[in-house]
Amino acid sequence: MAAGFPAATLRRMLRQIEGSRAVAETVALCRPEVIGAYPISPQTHIVEGLSALVKTGALAPCEFINVESEFAAMSVCIGASAAGARTYTATASQGLLYMAEAVYNASGLGLPVVMTVANRAIGSPINIWNDHSDAMSQRDCGWVQLYVESNQEALDVHIQAFKLAERLSLPVMVCMDGFILTHAFERVDLPDQAQVDAFLPPYSPRQVLDPDAPLSIGAMVGPEAFAEVRYLMHAKQIEALDAIPEIAGEFAQTFGRASGGLVRGYRTEDAETVVVALGSLLGTLEDVVDELREGGDRVGALAVRCFRPWPAEEVSSALGRAKRVIVVEKAFAVGIGGIVGLNVRLALEGLGIDVRDVVAGLGGRAITAASLRHMLARAIAGELEPLTFLDMDWALVARELERPHGPHAENMLRDLAGRL
Amino acid sequence: MPYQTGSFAVGNRLLPVEERTTQASALRANAITSGHRACQGCGEALGARYALDAAVRATDGRLIAANATGCLEVFSTPYPESSWQVPWLHSLFGNAPAVATGMAAAMKAKGRTDVRVIGQGGDGGTVDIGFACLSGMFERNDDVLYICYDNEGYMNTGVQRSGATPPAARTATTEAVGAEPGNVFGQGKSAPLIALAHEIPYVATATIADLHDLEAKVERAMTLRGARYLHVLVTCPLGWGAAACDSIGIARLATQTGLFPVFEGREGDVTAVTKIRRPEPVEAYLRPQRRFRHLFEPEPRTDVIARVQARADRNIARFGLL
Repeated sequence: MAAGFPAATLRRMLRQIEGSRAVAETVALCRPEVIGAYPISPQTHIVEGLSALVKTGALAPCEFINVESEFAAMSVCIGASAAGARTYTATASQGLLYMAEAVYNASGLGLPVVMTVANRAIGSPINIWNDHSDAMSQRDCGWVQLYVESNQEALDVHIQAFKLAERLSLPVMVCMDGFILTHAFERVDLPDQAQVDAFLPPYSPRQVLDPDAPLSIGAMVGPEAFAEVRYLMHAKQIEALDAIPEIAGEFAQTFGRASGGLVRGYRTEDAETVVVALGSLLGTLEDVVDELREGGDRVGALAVRCFRPWPAEEVSSALGRAKRVIVVEKAFAVGIGGIVGLNVRLALEGLGIDVRDVVAGLGGRAITAASLRHMLARAIAGELEPLTFLDMDWALVARELERPHGPHAENMLRDLAGRL
Repeated sequence: MPYQTGSFAVGNRLLPVEERTTQASALRANAITSGHRACQGCGEALGARYALDAAVRATDGRLIAANATGCLEVFSTPYPESSWQVPWLHSLFGNAPAVATGMAAAMKAKGRTDVRVIGQGGDGGTVDIGFACLSGMFERNDDVLYICYDNEGYMNTGVQRSGATPPAARTATTEAVGAEPGNVFGQGKSAPLIALAHEIPYVATATIADLHDLEAKVERAMTLRGARYLHVLVTCPLGWGAAACDSIGIARLATQTGLFPVFEGREGDVTAVTKIRRPEPVEAYLRPQRRFRHLFEPEPRTDVIARVQARADRNIARFGLL
């Protein structure tokens, strides 16, 4: 139990449940009024859970709409939110891409939709497993992007997300690693309804479709004001850099545990080498940091919990004393390399810190402690390339590169089968 | 009936006051105010105003609307101006039915079922890019009246072909060149019949040639709950190459030739049709429109005109329009 929190506020309900179930029950505690739902792995269990809760009447008055696509899911949220309802949806991977047009529209309209993204790879080749390609593809869409490390944090950050979204009137994406978190059974501390109600007041929209006060929303804007309107979205995101830690602080006061915020350092104070990562990887990373510390290496880790807006100052002050920074990321910008790495370099501009990108865990490949240890040893020895692919099977790649033509994925799978 | 000279329109001035159109009243609902940027003779502006005004009357002003991207959206809301006197939301081109579903869901969750929801868009936004959302809204029987203003093409982007463009019509992507000029003779895509196949509570077609019929259908739709669909043929002087002053006359010819059947349906069945009063050959409809000029010059394409006539005859037989 965290120290410094008044004992009276600590009513605990510990349960061993699936991450998706925990998110579903938490979203239910936030009293959503309209949920747009469409199945896509690995998000599906979340909307299944909510569907059952709505069906029993436990969430009344809440409308659960089984739509025909993710594009419709986000569009239902847009209509419902503009009409003054607290709205929620969840998606992943191809689903997030399919709704992309509506994702941008929700942020442009300043609608406080909350969406879980159960992070999953994007095809082709089709792949249902975890990485961050989906959320990273939408990093500049005007939504806040929060990444969670554990199921407890997923649960806590969803409650904070509704508060943040509605305080600033902007949409918030809670990104949680598909399967690794969504399908993991972990012990979580679920708050009770009274606690959530005390923390999260009913939604009071800044703009609403109301026959008593007619408004036109979504007008066409030409060159005379488009840049200014878009800048307001940026200004709101900058505001979120203050609101996110504030809300995390309020959350800690109410619920008695620290969750969320912008960044979280682990043994970074005197670290020469700091590994930056997002999401559930932090657990493995902290174990590796501990091991290396025992061997005398001054290593630390930094969790980026809020990727949009980009907390440049917090990243800079957490990393500013390091000699080298290794960004391990589960996404890859084809044709250039790391995505988070570019953001980190921007935050560290002029500080002379060596930044290396390590692309890892694409399409669900396990990121093992052994691989991280080996990679860090090379980094500390100054042997790491600027862009490294963790555990890449270079022989497989080389063989395919030699082939003049053919379907790459199928060829490589055949090569792998031939090795057995 | 006191018809206006040279037309089959009833002259409002010639009617007793109590029978005059509500649109002649200074106290009428005014969902779309004047000053918007529609073209002269725009059928969509006329159709949308009559439809929305009728809906405002039918709901005592408890109305909110979702609008697809398109002419109607662009000419009515150039920032920072808006013609809309009803609460109005424009989101995207292809999602107006789903946005309307969300609005209706919000009203239900908030216990404000007195507030009714309309979704609306052009034929591109409805029968093409928004069709999945429209079908989903129908299938779930969401409490939305969706109105399609069909001008038979993508007029806002410069007159390209849509799924509602008729065969042989010239558009910017079906030019009047080659052996088979204009749009192909495809299988057609009757959004009203597809709507009817969803067995939703109410489906109707209307045109701007009979505005009282349009008003009556909107009013009827608003007495019902669930998914309702109204498909309104609206003339586009720019896209069809017709004189602005002929907008209503051409829409009437569409009905009198049988090319655009006017009907009502309930739960999967056609329940009423508007009979043709003065039958006309399709040529009378095609000839005043520049988009069909290649059927008449330099050489008359009687073969193509005959195929268009066959479509009209099929409608007449199928719906019993005579």
